[in-house]
Amino acid sequence: MKFLCVECDQQMAFAERQLPGDGTLAATFKCPKCGRVVAMLTNPMETQLVSSLGVEIGGRTVPSEPLEMVRANVMTGGMAWSDDAQERLSRVPSFVRGMVKKIYADYARERGISEITPAVMDTARAELGLEGM
Amino acid sequence: MRTYHQLTDPDRSGLVDQIDAQRKRVAERLAAVRRIVAVMSGKGGVGKSYVTAHLARALARSGRSVGVLDADLNGPTIPGLLQVPQTAQPPAIGLDGVKCISMGHFLEQGAPLAFKGPAAESFVWRGAMEASALREFLSDVEWGDLDVLLLDLPPGMQRYIELCDILGNAPAVLTVTIPTPESRDAVRRAMRAAVDHGSELLGIVENMVGGELKGTAGDDLAAEFATPVVARVPWHPIPDTWNQLARQL
Repeated sequence: MKFLCVECDQQMAFAERQLPGDGTLAATFKCPKCGRVVAMLTNPMETQLVSSLGVEIGGRTVPSEPLEMVRANVMTGGMAWSDDAQERLSRVPSFVRGMVKKIYADYARERGISEITPAVMDTARAELGLEGM
Repeated sequence: MRTYHQLTDPDRSGLVDQIDAQRKRVAERLAAVRRIVAVMSGKGGVGKSYVTAHLARALARSGRSVGVLDADLNGPTIPGLLQVPQTAQPPAIGLDGVKCISMGHFLEQGAPLAFKGPAAESFVWRGAMEASALREFLSDVEWGDLDVLLLDLPPGMQRYIELCDILGNAPAVLTVTIPTPESRDAVRRAMRAAVDHGSELLGIVENMVGGELKGTAGDDLAAEFATPVVARVPWHPIPDTWNQLARQL
């Protein structure tokens, strides 16, 4: 992927990368002639696709570690639930419990959260509009 | 407006250089491996992993240094077959001194392979993640000097094609089938793909011979692809079954 400043007919150069921590990525590119800056914003799926290639937008600043993609991205087991969170989940009616459990698990997985606690559940409820779950 | 290939200024991300570096790392790591053999089949349940593990052990017993890369990322069985302990730093050492790397080392008992990341539309990136894991298994495991590295492939062709891409060439292939015509037809597709990619066919192992499974898949495929049946493995093989196979490779 490259960026062209159409007005100047110049290839824009990578300037800065930001990882806000919500699975998205922001990279800015600057026209070397006129100085115009554009930002490329990727959604979590697009960010993941780039990440899966084992490359870093903006270039590598540190050498890669052995098996770094596997160690960083493989979920070693099922999602961990704290005792309090499990107790709370058990109060959800059984016919929707599986669906609710998956919603919380997906929420945690997408944010790199390894254990679901009541606090995580509260945050997810607020963010996802799951009042009553 | 200029097109992509007309923009020739250096890419500060160096993505092409990063990909080149990955390829070099694979080549450097495998430079000390004298022979790479992919154990494959187009069909599931024919005993690829079983054959791989026992062949590896027989090769090791004959004095060769052997590694097994378990490329079945979603159904890793090599750690169990080689009885390797969980280890912090792969490769693990299994029965008869066979070295191995497997996704099983990274997963809790019974846990399915899952990656961190967005759940929605995960099919878009999951395949790339698996290919990347395979690349890391090839490039980052310190095998040391190996006479043979056996690659235990899952059913289907996807992993084999990824392997050819990552290695930059097609590995030699040992094919496993069971005697049935259904297996023959599935394995034929895999062997054709292997030939099309330029793999050397080392031979066919016909597994589960002499029991309920009837057919002539081994002989049919051998005739069609002009490659030998290097072993017929009975339901209850003895060590010599594997020793004989090892002598032919």
